Amino acid sequence: MNHDSKYIQIQNVEQTFKTTKGLFPALKDIHLNIAKGEFVALIGHSGCGKSTLLNLIAGLTMPTHGVLLCANREIAGPGPERAVVFQNHSLLPWLTCFDNVHLGIERVFGKTETKAQLKARTDAALNMVGLAHAAQKRPGEISGGMKQRVGIARALAMEPKVLLMDEPFGALDALTRAKLQDELLEIVARTQSTVVMVTHDVDEAVLLSDKIVMMTNGPAATIGEVLSVDLPRPRQRVALAESADYQRYRKAVINFLYTRQGHVEKAA
Amino acid sequence: MVSAVFHSPTAAHLQRARQWHAFWMAVLPPLMGLGLLIGVWALVSITTKGSIPSPYETGVQAIEIFRDPFYRKGPNDQGVGWNVLMSLERVAVGFGLAALVGIPAGFVIGRFTFLSRMFNPLISLLRPVSPLAWLPIGLLVFKGANPAAIWTIFICSIWPMIINTAVGVQRVPQDYLNVARVLNLSEWKIATTILFPAVLPYMLTGVRLAVGTAWLVIVAAEMLTGGVGIGFWVWDEWNNLNVKNIIIAIFVIGGVGLILEYALIRVATAFTFEDVPS
Repeated sequence: MNHDSKYIQIQNVEQTFKTTKGLFPALKDIHLNIAKGEFVALIGHSGCGKSTLLNLIAGLTMPTHGVLLCANREIAGPGPERAVVFQNHSLLPWLTCFDNVHLGIERVFGKTETKAQLKARTDAALNMVGLAHAAQKRPGEISGGMKQRVGIARALAMEPKVLLMDEPFGALDALTRAKLQDELLEIVARTQSTVVMVTHDVDEAVLLSDKIVMMTNGPAATIGEVLSVDLPRPRQRVALAESADYQRYRKAVINFLYTRQGHVEKAA
Repeated sequence: MVSAVFHSPTAAHLQRARQWHAFWMAVLPPLMGLGLLIGVWALVSITTKGSIPSPYETGVQAIEIFRDPFYRKGPNDQGVGWNVLMSLERVAVGFGLAALVGIPAGFVIGRFTFLSRMFNPLISLLRPVSPLAWLPIGLLVFKGANPAAIWTIFICSIWPMIINTAVGVQRVPQDYLNVARVLNLSEWKIATTILFPAVLPYMLTGVRLAVGTAWLVIVAAEMLTGGVGIGFWVWDEWNNLNVKNIIIAIFVIGGVGLILEYALIRVATAFTFEDVPS
């Protein structure tokens, strides 16, 4: 059996939250396999449990039922091999960009490498996202797009096996978002990372992913449909806009989100 | 035509008028407040036929006292400067010891739910007790007036520091703690790079409240324990029926409290990191 095609396995996962109004079933019957090096987008309406599923893969929360495996080992908690890029960047405001990135690097490579090597890694990570010049600035002194890039640098610098992104570009303006998407495409192509990204942006999902996991509306959300995106890489935003295949994938996702899963959103 | 020109003020004119307005709005209300205080004081002085000394008499006496604040004529007759310094020293020692114990205690209570549940009932029980109720215990254990006064300061200033530090630790944004979990940081690293900077503003609020309370309590404690100190000075002047000095002492205590508060607010703002939302 090919271990690489089932790098992350999600088997019969169910997540129920205890609230003041009683039990709230967020997710149920989730089955999903993610191959090594695959780029997967989780898409769905707000409140459908996309972030809940991502947190489960990250190990930040434990499922009420079912198991999650990464490289055939159960996910029992968070760890640096599954790095997370948080929605609101989550940089520590009292550390410089350099120190924010260095924090993760130190943890992963601190025992085996010299201080100079750790510093070189940090510089390289900031360089990769084009922020070498802002290394000594604090998060409060740079723009939202730059903060998100530092967050990505922090995650990638740990050389994670899996990169988990929770609406990483959600809070950014359209132009900055497009630029970061292009950068991400380039970085992922270079590092061959396995990526799981939560998004609510159809274009983002089609442009970036190999597989789009479409989720039904909550409560008790589940995977409605999985769409394989067989567009050749490297992908060019401008060229794809005119491609018939791109439009077909886009239409399939929109059809799922607004025709088949649209009614709950209207009622809400 | 002439009158129209006369009535339309130039921009510079308007600017100056606005500056004057701002100046008076800043200066006039506090001056009027002070005037009100002195007015009421003078009225009380007149109606009590001088048993409360008038502002003028007290002012003259104050000039006399502040001409030589650091004289020493025996253990029970020293200048007001020595009295204030002795009180500040007791506050510093008592508060310093309380900070040494209270801040780490607040950290562990905030961090570990078990300890929080263990100590919260004790804190809730002991915190409302007047610090002066602890004075006899201090006298008994330490067998001296000075350590007993310091003990009282210790007790009264430890609670705000424990509670504020613990609340600060509990309110560290979940995002930062998630970062710590994903990066798999050690407990020591979490404490130094995430908890401490995030808690610092809360901790400094605790310090400010603690110093404020300590300065309130020292006066009362010294009245009971004697020795040299501003509280003892008040009590001594009461025994001498020197009401002018008591009023001066009240102003001195208020002034020192104000300076302490202001200095700590300055420290707190210097160490507060605002997370600028993107």
